[in-house]
Order: sequence, then C-alpha cells, then structure tokens
Amino acid sequence: MIHARGLVQTFHTGQGKKKQAVHAVNGVDIDVEEGEVVGFLGPNGAGKTTTLRMLTTLLKPTAGTATVAGYDVVKESEQVRRSIGYVSQVGSTFSGAYAGDEVVDHGMLYGMSRSLAVKRGEALFEQLDLDGLWRRMPKNMSGGQKRRLDIVMGLIHEPTLVFLDEPTTGLDPQARANLWDHIEGLRSRRGATVFLTTHYLDEADALADRIVIIDKGTIVASDTSDNLKANVSGDLVDLEVADPELVALAAEKLGGIADKVTVTDRHVSGRVQRAGKVIPGLMRDLESGGISLDAIEVHRPTLDDVFLSLTGRSLRDAEDAAEAGTDQPDSGDSAPEGAVLEGAKR
Amino acid sequence: MSVTFWRECWIVFRRQIRMNLRNPAWVLIGVMQPVLYLVLFGPLLKPIVESFPGAPDNEFTFLVPGLLVQLGMFGAFFAGFGLIAEWREGVIEAERVTPASRTALLVGRLMRDLAQLLVQALILVGLGYWMGMRGSVGGIVFGISLTLLIGGACAAASNALALTTKSEDVMAPVINMVMMPVLLLSGIMLPMTLGPDWLKRASDFMPFRWIVDAVRDGFVGDLGTSHLAWGTGWALALFVVAVWWGTAVFRKENA
Repeated sequence: MIHARGLVQTFHTGQGKKKQAVHAVNGVDIDVEEGEVVGFLGPNGAGKTTTLRMLTTLLKPTAGTATVAGYDVVKESEQVRRSIGYVSQVGSTFSGAYAGDEVVDHGMLYGMSRSLAVKRGEALFEQLDLDGLWRRMPKNMSGGQKRRLDIVMGLIHEPTLVFLDEPTTGLDPQARANLWDHIEGLRSRRGATVFLTTHYLDEADALADRIVIIDKGTIVASDTSDNLKANVSGDLVDLEVADPELVALAAEKLGGIADKVTVTDRHVSGRVQRAGKVIPGLMRDLESGGISLDAIEVHRPTLDDVFLSLTGRSLRDAEDAAEAGTDQPDSGDSAPEGAVLEGAKR
Repeated sequence: MSVTFWRECWIVFRRQIRMNLRNPAWVLIGVMQPVLYLVLFGPLLKPIVESFPGAPDNEFTFLVPGLLVQLGMFGAFFAGFGLIAEWREGVIEAERVTPASRTALLVGRLMRDLAQLLVQALILVGLGYWMGMRGSVGGIVFGISLTLLIGGACAAASNALALTTKSEDVMAPVINMVMMPVLLLSGIMLPMTLGPDWLKRASDFMPFRWIVDAVRDGFVGDLGTSHLAWGTGWALALFVVAVWWGTAVFRKENA
C-alpha cells in the first residue's frame, strides 16, 4: 500500500548569510503492506508528520519517490487523495459549524451525492459513538468526541488506507483507550490499512502490528514490537539477594547469562535474552551456590529501551530536548516559524 | 472549467455561506462603515459638492460610488482573517487532502465574499437612493459590477496573504499599511482634482482612483469616458492577478 524510497524534505531557516538548510526527513524508506497497522514512532521533531504529509500529497518531497495505494504521490496526487483517508492532528472541522454539515460537505468534495454522504455519515456517527451529535458544533464537544469526529471525516469516502497523525494527543486516558478501540476497529471491522504516527510508546505498542522508529529524519528500526524488544534490549532481571555477603557471588552467576551486571546494595541486575527460558537455569545455579533470594523481578523491555539502545537517548529525553528547542527543529508538526520548505517552492 | 470544478466551488460556497448566515450580523457590521460615512460625512459635502470639477449636483451621487469601492476594498480585504481561523482548526488541510480542485477551494470562498459584498452594496445603494442619490440604472449596475470585481480581487489577495502569513498579528498591520495610501489617493471622499498637481499626478499611479472615477462616471450615465475604460481595465487586471496569486498559494504547500 505504501512504498517510499529515499524520501527527503529540506527546509531553510534564517535569511542571507544565516540561511541554513535543515533536513527534516533525510532518506526515508517505508513499506506498508495491505491490512497492516503500522505505528510510526519518534519524538517531536523526528520527522513523523513531515513524512506523513509527503505521503498524503500535502507536501512535495525535496527528493525521493513514493507510491501510495499504487499511485505516485507527486505525479498522481489526485488519485492518491481519492484513495486515502487522513486524520490530521490539528483537527478537520470548523468549531462553529454543525458536525453533520461538515461531514456531508467533506464527503461531497470526494464526489459523493448528498444523500450518500448523509447515509454514510450517519452510519459512521453510530459506529464511532457519536449518536445524537449530528447537529452539535465541535466547540461544544469533548476532546474525545472531536477526535472521533475527525476520524469520521477521514473515513466518509470509505478509504482502504487511513493515515492517523497523532490521533490521541491531548486526550485523557479514558478517551485514549476508547479511541484505541475504534482505531483497532478500522482494521478488524473495515479491513483498512492504517498508518499512524505517535510519540506515545504505549500507543504504538497497543495498536501497531509493526513499528517504524524515526529519529532526526532517519528510520532507525522497523519490526514488530516483540522483535524490537527482544533483539535490541533483552529482559531486565533484578535479584534481591537475602545475604549481603553473597551479593558478589550472585553477580557472578548472573553475569554468566547477562550483559552489564550492576550491583546496588543487595540488588543485582542485568539484561538477559528471553528471561522466560534462562531464569529456571539461573535459579538452579543460585540454589546450588547456596544463594537465597528475597525477591526476583523480571521487567520486559519497553519501546523506550529500544529507542535508547538505537539512538543512545531515551525517547522521553528526546521529547524534552525537542520541546526545549535544543534538538532538531520541530519538523514533525510543521516547519519552524520562518522556515521555507523546499517542496513549497515547486 | 468542468462541471466537477463548479460543483466543488458550489460545495465550498454553500458551506461558507451557511456559516455566514448563522451570524448575519456580520453582513450588517461590514456595511456599517460606509453607511456611517454616508450619513455623517455626506451632509458635510452638500455645500461644497458644486465646486467639484465635473461633479454631480447631489452630494450622495458623488459619495456613493466612492463608498461602493471602499466597501469592495475594505470589506473584502478582511476576508483572510476567517481563512486563518479555518486553517488553524485544520479545515484547509482537510480540504486540501480531498481530490477537490484547490482552485475551487479558493473560488468557492470568493463566491461567498462576492455574495456578501453584493448584499452590502445593494443596502448602500438603496440607502443612498433614499437619501437623494440619483443615477442611471445601467450605470449603477455597472458600478456594482466593478465593485464586485475589485472586491473579488481584494478578497483573493487577502486569502493569499492569510495563507502566506498565517497570523492575524501580521495581517492587520500589512492591510493597514496598504489601505491607508489607497484610501487617501483614490479620491473616495473628495475628488483628487481638488488637490495640487503633485498629488493629482501621484493619484494617477493609484489604480483604485481610476476605478472610483469609472464608477462615478457610470453612475451619472457617462459610459464612454476614458476613466471608465481605465477603471474597468485596472479592475480586471487586479482581479486576474489577485486570483492567480490566491490560487497559487492554495495550490502550493505549506498552505
């Protein structure tokens, strides 16, 4: 459904001698097959939204090629737009217009008749728990209702490929969980291919079949969540040794199967590959050495561990750096103020 | 222009006009400024209008054409503010990701601006007529048509400026900076022929002065004057350039 090769987006900041080229996206390759739910994960400013905007024809690539739903995003942009649904992170409806009117007008811009747009819109309102809100203005809706209305807008023409840009940003936990159910329903009920950007680790973990991680405009990994965690990090095993005298011996035993064993007071910890397989052997080994434990804990690696091992920094730190402006400019949401996107000049 | 294109224009126009009709007060608020000029400034012209070279003997017949052009310029130049609000809420991006023609997205909005302007122009002319303005029907129709043309140009330019700046804080001073010399050099309130030669010569380079003169000539039934030809030419040229600019901005990213 999506095949991108060497996508580049460059913009400029500053004027005159201070003019500087910034590569918001720098040679991205992406492949998404039909029926997949792919999570595009990265901190703010990593290039997620810029990539998505190129794939949805909103931004022309500075370099590289991409086909979406079988059409070239530059040469066949109208066919691409006809084939995809897009849910932007900033919304899609005017706060002072009736929700139903917005949905019907949007559907009619896809060439649908008014009656068909009304019929589909009403069905989608029901599916997305927006019953009774047809004549309500978005300004009088909750954050979760507004996001679901945005999804209705993106689905009104029944696309088989849906792009969701940070769909749950700003929502409370309950609304997020509710929206996740609906996003899962896009594939299970509608058979849609879903490409969603997020900087929430749990969101990518919960929703995506496969996770593509982007950092500083470059793809750093692409695999299932389990494989990423297993291949990159391993499980963290933490032993609380009962006898302080035997801590060094416990560290030695753990060191036989783990990398970088650390000792803190009576705690000995280290990362092992597939803890479920190796821990029974470790327990036998400890017991034979006369080492008794007060507790043993196994932590499955998180996507943040994956990100840390791939980029040398935690995703949360990267977010903080981006927000503080010490990292790459926020190309993800939009170009910085005063920046000139090269694609814009075409 | 295909049927599909005009259908898309109509969908955008209908959506926009629906939102306007939800707040019809704005149409009246928009016409308030020229109406105030008509009511509070018009009587001041009464004792002096006869001294204006080639001016009609009624102050409102002189003033209404100028106020029509002012309405076309000022009212339409603020159209972009609404567009910024729509852009901020993601509406423009949502429309741009549909297969609809991006030109239609602009033209539909221009149609809304022109419909609004037409209502305001009819209110102004009707009020002027009630106060004593007189003119030929054909000339008044021509004057309103020219007003719509220049209003369309200003609305298109305003929309283009709005999507370029994306900031009301930038838009407002830019519009003020442009409008002030336009207002002073176009002879809307008083004919430029009253001024010294250097001011008259300066106003020769102001397209809106020719348009004001053309509407004035049209109102009194002088449909063969050079003012009329120049004014019509300028209005058409400005309309074409502004629509081209607006369309270009709607087409390109990062709109």
